[in-house]
Amino acid sequence: MLSVLAKRLVQSALILFGVAAITFVLLYALPADPARMLAGRSATAQTVANIRHELGLDQPLLVQFMHYIGGLVQGDLGRSYAQKTEVIALIFARLPATLTLMAAGILIEVIIGVTLGTLAALNRGRFIDRAVMTTAFVGVSAPQFVVALLLLYVFAATLGWFPMSGYGTLAHVVLPAATLGILGAGWYARMVRSAVVDVLNQDYVRTARAKGLSQRRIILRHVLPNAVLPIIAMIGIDIGQFMGGVVVVEAVYGWPGIGQLAWQAIQQVDIPIIMGVTLTSALAIIIGNLVADFLAPVIDPRIRSN
Amino acid sequence: MFRRMLLSTTAAAFLALMPFAASAQDAPAQGGDIVVTYKDDITTLDPAIGYDWVNWSMIKSLFSRLVDYEPGTAKIVPSLAESFTVAPDGLTYEFKLRKGVKFSNGREVVASDVKYSIERAVNPKTQGPGAGFFGAIAGFDDVTGGKSETLSGIETPDDGTVIFKLSRPDATFLHVLAINFASIVPKEAVEAAAGDFGKKPVGSGTFILKDWTIGQQLVFERNKDYFVKDMPHIDSFKVEVGQEPLVALLRLQKGEVDIAGDGIPPAKFLEIKNSPEGAQMIVDGEQLHTGYVTLNTKVKPFDDVKVRQAVNMAINKERITRILNGRATAATQPLPRLMPGYDKAFTGYAYDVERAKALLAEAGYADGFETVLYATNTDPQPRIAQAIQQDLAAIGIKAEIRALAQGNVIAAGGTEGEAPMIWSGGMAWIADFPDPSNFYGPILGCAGAVQGGWNWSWYCNEDLDKRATAADAMSDPAQVAERQAVWGKIFTDIMADAPWVPVINERRVVAKSARMGGPDNIYIDPTRVINYDAIFVKP
Repeated sequence: MLSVLAKRLVQSALILFGVAAITFVLLYALPADPARMLAGRSATAQTVANIRHELGLDQPLLVQFMHYIGGLVQGDLGRSYAQKTEVIALIFARLPATLTLMAAGILIEVIIGVTLGTLAALNRGRFIDRAVMTTAFVGVSAPQFVVALLLLYVFAATLGWFPMSGYGTLAHVVLPAATLGILGAGWYARMVRSAVVDVLNQDYVRTARAKGLSQRRIILRHVLPNAVLPIIAMIGIDIGQFMGGVVVVEAVYGWPGIGQLAWQAIQQVDIPIIMGVTLTSALAIIIGNLVADFLAPVIDPRIRSN
Repeated sequence: MFRRMLLSTTAAAFLALMPFAASAQDAPAQGGDIVVTYKDDITTLDPAIGYDWVNWSMIKSLFSRLVDYEPGTAKIVPSLAESFTVAPDGLTYEFKLRKGVKFSNGREVVASDVKYSIERAVNPKTQGPGAGFFGAIAGFDDVTGGKSETLSGIETPDDGTVIFKLSRPDATFLHVLAINFASIVPKEAVEAAAGDFGKKPVGSGTFILKDWTIGQQLVFERNKDYFVKDMPHIDSFKVEVGQEPLVALLRLQKGEVDIAGDGIPPAKFLEIKNSPEGAQMIVDGEQLHTGYVTLNTKVKPFDDVKVRQAVNMAINKERITRILNGRATAATQPLPRLMPGYDKAFTGYAYDVERAKALLAEAGYADGFETVLYATNTDPQPRIAQAIQQDLAAIGIKAEIRALAQGNVIAAGGTEGEAPMIWSGGMAWIADFPDPSNFYGPILGCAGAVQGGWNWSWYCNEDLDKRATAADAMSDPAQVAERQAVWGKIFTDIMADAPWVPVINERRVVAKSARMGGPDNIYIDPTRVINYDAIFVKP
């Protein structure tokens, strides 16, 4: 077990290094010049050159990259070009909001997704199944911007049940999390449906039925625990997505998450911030997957024996 | 204007006039806490670094400078300085500082702070975009070239006196001392902030930064010790960032927000404008802005002046103002209408498709040609680029649109031979200070026509450059009118060569709640956008 963990950790570090290298090269291959962006319109050629030199952008790419990695291994993500603030501080400042929205969003996704998916599987081929699957399809393809504004208009601007914008209380998190939950639940519903359908065809479910167990007991004791694995895996992936920021929902609800930081940094060609956010997101995906992989044998004895 | 300024020995006389000048009808009331929203986060409040239109007005109010503008106008008045004199040769400026002015850390502002602040703005290590503005101060080249840390041209004989020695006369020098980059900062606070002064600013302006929750809000409180009585008027303003303009507008209508800094989204503009309460909310003001299309004189066939003139006649500017819901005026020349030197009589190139075609034929392009038009990719710029594309098609020019992120367009513009045409929308020139020279050097002069420069037409007319240099040497206050006329002529003469199509002068729109008082020109102040010092809450 420990050797597996060590192996996975080494793998993870290599993946992070790879992400850093690829992102770094891509960002510096962009035609946009960060020094020119920072210097603004009125700057003289001398000012632009001075800024480029101070940022170290006049050095060879490899030297710049080694410098960056050197900082990275010490936990230093550098300073923002535009803000001059430490990138790590900017990311940490936005972490609570991002984590809150992530937890609430995934919770709503799972509750809606599992309920609807199970309902559809139990009623396979019937009206409920088709209704749920159509809804799920609409959910995953609806534009976030429209749904977010719709919820905001109805529940905040018109009914006044929730604040329109901001962060800090439970009431603030409801609408953004609901937007993400409703839209993301479709993925979970489809997956839970197929997993449950699989399990329903298993011999042990037939045996349970033959024993005369109640439907409720069959589903809660025998079906769902066996269908839960793909959900855990999916949550692992979701965590990474949320950590990369959910730009549109954050923008509509004025949610101070990582997405807003990333979006503005991209506009300003603020490379240290873009790097920082990308690496944070990659790290979250890696951790999410690691946790999912290590949880799987805990939940499912069949994997343990393998 | 300059003469009066020189005669003014007591700043108080001017400053006492300010509230009345700001609002003739309703006298400003004291007190009130307001909420302002912006979509973008505030990047920095460091006056040597901040250079966007959102942080510009906040930095203006956090710090003071030797001289400043009377609210809502382009008129320079003494501020931290009590008085000043200019030597007849225009090479020496002597300022007497107002006594007893304190930074918000409690220390008195002295002459060495002025010297330190300007040197900091010029020092390459600061990475400040505004260093070049101070180019006329003696010793500038040594500091910007890294040979020295101090400007030999700034002397401080005593705590109350600052003397600037210039290496060349600069008629814009007082404007330079009034821009944000010339804000006075305390050295100890800059050093204590350890590279992050932009988040921990200390100044001596009308407001103090009380709290900054990153990504959420900034709270500015009035500086009770500010050196002008009854300034500012409001007790505090809270800036909420990350606010989608559409949501900000909804909140404004519900009374949660007082100023929606990003204005009104295009889709809602007409609806709001035509509603009964909407008219009160909209502040629609002229700014020192010109939107233009650059025609790259180093790329065929735009090296031919006839082709450039033809394009000037081909573009239907009125239609573009309609795309902007009428929030713009068709332009005839590079200078915006508010700028001193603007020539009202000059009509430029009228919209005339037939003459444009004839000119193209004369140039040998009767069948037109293919070219590329660059634009930024945020609404409404691609739609305006499409309108220009259609206008060009009408005279046979097939323009492919390249709508890219701002940084990529700027990079293409500054690369020789790269971008044949650029629509400047989203990156257009807004003056740093209200002087016509600011519309020349970087964007139309030879100095800007270099790799990484902002002169995207790559237009370089040495004769005009000489006239520009001569105009900026006219620093004698008696020559103000003459100088403006010289500058005005430079810009209308440029149009004979037609390196640009001056397309529109766009107005800025700010939305405010009914309780906010004061004239429109302090919400769209030509030198600072929202003038937090002058706005007030109606009693």
